[in-house]
Amino acid sequence: MTILNRLRISPGVLILFALMALGALIAVARYLFGIGAISNLNDAYPWGMWISFDLLCGVALAAGAFTTATAVYIVGLERFRPILRPAILTGFLGYLMVIVALMVDLGRPERIWHLIIHWNPHSVMFEVGWCVMLYTTVLALEFSPMVFERFGWKLPLKIIHRITIVLVILGTLLSTLHQSSLGSLFLATPGKVNPLWFSALLPLYFFLTAVAVGPAMVIVESHISARVLKRGLETDLLGDLAKAIPPVLGVYLVLKVIDLTVSGKWAFAFRDGMSVLFWIEIIGFVILPMVLFMRSKVRQNAQSSFGAGLLVVGGVVLNRLNVSLIGWNRSSDALYFPHWMEFAITLSIIAAGVVAYGLVAKYLPLFSPHHVASPAE
Amino acid sequence: MAVKYGMLVDETRCTGCRGCQVACKQWNDLPGEVTRNRGSYTNPPALSAKTWNLIRYVETETNGKAGFYFLKHACMHCEKPSCASVCPVGALYKTPEGPVVYDDTKCIGCRYCMVACPFEIPTFDWHKGLLDQALIRKCNMCVDRVSNGLIPACAKTCPAKAITFGERDKLIAQAEAQIRKSPDKYVNRVYGKDEVGGTSILYLSAIPFDQLGLPKLGTTPVTALSEQVMEYTLPFAGAWGATLAGLALFFRLRNRGAEHAAKEKEKSS
Repeated sequence: MTILNRLRISPGVLILFALMALGALIAVARYLFGIGAISNLNDAYPWGMWISFDLLCGVALAAGAFTTATAVYIVGLERFRPILRPAILTGFLGYLMVIVALMVDLGRPERIWHLIIHWNPHSVMFEVGWCVMLYTTVLALEFSPMVFERFGWKLPLKIIHRITIVLVILGTLLSTLHQSSLGSLFLATPGKVNPLWFSALLPLYFFLTAVAVGPAMVIVESHISARVLKRGLETDLLGDLAKAIPPVLGVYLVLKVIDLTVSGKWAFAFRDGMSVLFWIEIIGFVILPMVLFMRSKVRQNAQSSFGAGLLVVGGVVLNRLNVSLIGWNRSSDALYFPHWMEFAITLSIIAAGVVAYGLVAKYLPLFSPHHVASPAE
Repeated sequence: MAVKYGMLVDETRCTGCRGCQVACKQWNDLPGEVTRNRGSYTNPPALSAKTWNLIRYVETETNGKAGFYFLKHACMHCEKPSCASVCPVGALYKTPEGPVVYDDTKCIGCRYCMVACPFEIPTFDWHKGLLDQALIRKCNMCVDRVSNGLIPACAKTCPAKAITFGERDKLIAQAEAQIRKSPDKYVNRVYGKDEVGGTSILYLSAIPFDQLGLPKLGTTPVTALSEQVMEYTLPFAGAWGATLAGLALFFRLRNRGAEHAAKEKEKSS
């Protein structure tokens, strides 16, 4: 441990770097020998954990950026400004992580730019691709003041400052389109998504759950960063933010109940293993966090609001997995469970995200923005 | 207008010789696969990047009688192909002549076509790295033969005359005439006439099609809903963008008004 001490590297950081190195090695193997060499993906399961978790969950969990930016800039709720920058950073890193995952999962990553020149406007994936490209650009611009401030670049700061409101409106618009389009992807697979989850309202469901998980993710992430980076926690502020969660989950729940009733699908809710998952998702991850966040005691208590936030996050993850993977119907009896190298790729990308967050927190004005830089002035 | 071709597969004539499976590999220059006995004559067990046409051996029971049947399993060449609808770069498309073909210079390998295909046909080169250029692979109805006046390799080779290549409309008429002529021999339906908006490949069978291994599907293309949503997307984006801008302006004016009022109050007190 003496070498580590001398280099001032904690064991945690060492594990993160080891994961990143492992991921990089596996990625090399993927580029040399193909996706089949490092994954259990097959012709019956062309999409696996990388799409279901890294992409679908990754984008949903990055929603805190647009929900917070909307609250501060569009609705003008200035009191949320202190948590804006961490939220933007989480969103930006989230999207970058999605892109890195895509560079492993895409069959021809070197051609990703084809999305720009070859168009098929009938395809939901076309919309998804454009939303990723454009919103990542918007997030980069929303993040850029932290860099400009750090180096004291006045002119670019002034320019970003001028266009912030346009960026935020664009970001909210693109996020609405992107979050919902990830649900629309599965409108093209009516027979394959489990009936309890398949619905013409999938785009709306994906959007609503993303809006609910946005603040929840900000709460969870604030708790973690407060503990790890040993900074104060904005309990009052986060408590206020949490007030937004129950109404959104409530709308989602009511729509879901009406939808299942109108389409006459309740029979599917009492049938098989997927029915059990459905109830776990609805009771444990929608109703429970909704009820918890309705109580001010929960909202104002660091531990319990962290727990309730985790439930919302877990619910979105379970929902995306149920829609796209666990409930997936195939005619063939082929099975899929992620290969350990698939997990390794996912973990290495998360590790890179954590390291990047740590670096930004250490070297850029993340938590205490100088007032010159706050673009809303 | 171009003649729209198709293929009629009369599964009651198929003898399961796999001649079409081999002819397909020959014409398309596809390698063999190392397989093992899995307790079925179907070999290899499923379509793959190396096998675009497969005879599936079906042991099943109809009306209390055991039977042995065959299914020629390959791309159905839908009239409204979901693979083409969902491909973000338009690499897959339907030719006016019938074949659904693939531009391998455009594909980015997202595999949405595989996810969306109701017949689960497209396959992927799982074991090719960057240098080997992985691609989506599937039957293309021998478009290179058809466009040169030849018939597809599978149809050409079939010794039992189970595969008839021709104009889709005439094939449907022919199939329906066959059913009328021998109603005891066939299920009274031509599979592919209306499925997901119609397919270029049509089937006649002695047993119900789902028992043969063909999926039960409606008459609308599976992508009808997603295409509709895509049509609404741009107008929705315009309206939502304008609404957001309006809201931003509204809240800004309101907050400014509130600030102003607060200042006035301060002054007067």
